[in-house]
Amino acid sequence: MSTTTRPGPVTTGPAHRAETSSRRRRPRHDAGPLVYGIALVVVAVTLGPVVYGVLGGFRTNAQLAEAPAAMPDPWVLTNYVGVLSNPDFWRYTLNSTAIAVITTALVVLFGVMAAYPLARYRFRGREKLFMVFVTGLLFPATVAIIPLFILVSRDLGLGNTWWGVALPQAAFGLPMTVVILRPFLMALPDEIEEAALLDGATRVGFFWRILLPLSGPGMVTVGVLAFVGSWNSYLLPLLLLQDETKTLPLGVADFSSEHSADTAGVFAFTTLAMIPALIFFLAMQKRIVNGLQGAVKG
Amino acid sequence: MRLEILFFVAPALCLFGFFVVWPIAKAIQFSLYRWKGFGPLVDFVGLQNYVAVLQNEVFTDALVHNLIIVVASIALQLPLGLAIALLLNRTMWGQGALRTIIFVPYVLAEVIAGVIWFQLLQPRYGVVDTLLAAVGLQGPEQGWLGDPRYALATVIVVLTWKYLGLAVILFLAGLQGVPPELHEAAQIDGASWWQSQRSITIPLLGPTIRTWAFLSMIGSLQLFDMVWILTKGGPANSTMTMATFLITEGTKRQNYGTAAAASVILFVVALVMALLYQRLVLRRDTAADRPEKKVKR
Repeated sequence: MSTTTRPGPVTTGPAHRAETSSRRRRPRHDAGPLVYGIALVVVAVTLGPVVYGVLGGFRTNAQLAEAPAAMPDPWVLTNYVGVLSNPDFWRYTLNSTAIAVITTALVVLFGVMAAYPLARYRFRGREKLFMVFVTGLLFPATVAIIPLFILVSRDLGLGNTWWGVALPQAAFGLPMTVVILRPFLMALPDEIEEAALLDGATRVGFFWRILLPLSGPGMVTVGVLAFVGSWNSYLLPLLLLQDETKTLPLGVADFSSEHSADTAGVFAFTTLAMIPALIFFLAMQKRIVNGLQGAVKG
Repeated sequence: MRLEILFFVAPALCLFGFFVVWPIAKAIQFSLYRWKGFGPLVDFVGLQNYVAVLQNEVFTDALVHNLIIVVASIALQLPLGLAIALLLNRTMWGQGALRTIIFVPYVLAEVIAGVIWFQLLQPRYGVVDTLLAAVGLQGPEQGWLGDPRYALATVIVVLTWKYLGLAVILFLAGLQGVPPELHEAAQIDGASWWQSQRSITIPLLGPTIRTWAFLSMIGSLQLFDMVWILTKGGPANSTMTMATFLITEGTKRQNYGTAAAASVILFVVALVMALLYQRLVLRRDTAADRPEKKVKR
């Protein structure tokens, strides 16, 4: 656990070294047919339901009822076309995107700002202040959901708005962000800061001009986690958003319960709803995994 | 310098205080009143809501379901995840693709995964029952999610599918920190593959496993989305969790006082389990960590 103090750069470090060193020597336990066999089973079980859903969207309900476990024959596009020409689908996508972007921006900006003095200033009560955020990890949004619903929709009048969901989501995402970012900022060498201060920069100037650009990778990691978390969230939007302002998960759930007999349609809708998250995930995979590792190690 | 600190920390603290601390304090306050959601809080009932919730069998059953899910998730995902991670932790063709694929269910929203599985698990016409029929087995009459005897187990299976990938990925990452020299040394000493995994790899993976189990536990206690999509807590409350209970009480029945009491109990249960876990299990890691950290700074 020597990596505790710097999850970002170091987690990939030893991994890299281990990989290359084992490759340089002759591989010790090269995978045999048994391993490939098991890997195939794992892939089949993991992807099976998802692939079945994607293919199911290309079938008709009659096909699905006749032979549930068959390939599309013939392939039909009507389900997918139906979803793509459904204005609701695009509205849900827009809402999901907007809320996720606002949440991410708030979490990253406020998170890195809070993590900076916690990482690089020495002051009395620093550890106590940090503990406030650590304790925050234990507060699930579920516990506060009823008062949050009342606070946002009645007291603030932000029900059915993007901000109404993004603000609490960002608030509940902050603890994790601060906990991941602090060790990351701590790991940046002191010399940089000393040099900047010698050159007459203020601490605030150092933060904006030097620290922020340097902590890019860390911010991308927490940003990706915040974005995926917001994109997938269900409970808070369920209570706060109605009709026009619903997000994709709400839309998928609605579509599924309203058209539960239209299995092919549900598959098409679900498939299209998961594509953005999957693309984002594929692009950001390393970051997500690093972030989660950082969380586990930190 | 004080001003600077304030400037940096204030936005986060304000957001956190306003949308996390304040609502939680409010939840505690609501839990002491009988309140239907409108009008002022006047009907102070002390701890009556707590008594009512704890005497409500639906809630105590829900608590038991949560505990079953906590135990089952770890009991299923730990051995499976460990086995898969150990098997995949070697040079093989398609390694990168494989790791990506294993992680896919975790990245999907619980809602999306739930909706897909709901369709797969449809009684008779769903693909699960069809495949079972092909090997001569028959699913329950009302479907796997419709039969109170099987519904909770079915939810657990779907959760395992959804979250196994996270365990595998974290274990694999932990395995990469285990220096290969240790295994070479063990091999030279005549240890079998399994022996060297058991006495070198798994102990070294200890901290990763323990923290993963902690996250898994906290997640299981808060479980809502998947259950809401698959069963809404039914049939006959057989898959009710504490979270689905409090949402049903609050939003469907407008019993805000009882719902708030249930949410405070949920929090206390999670907190007590977290503290116990930290005391009994994680203490070893932090104790082992401390001297190392001192050396580093």
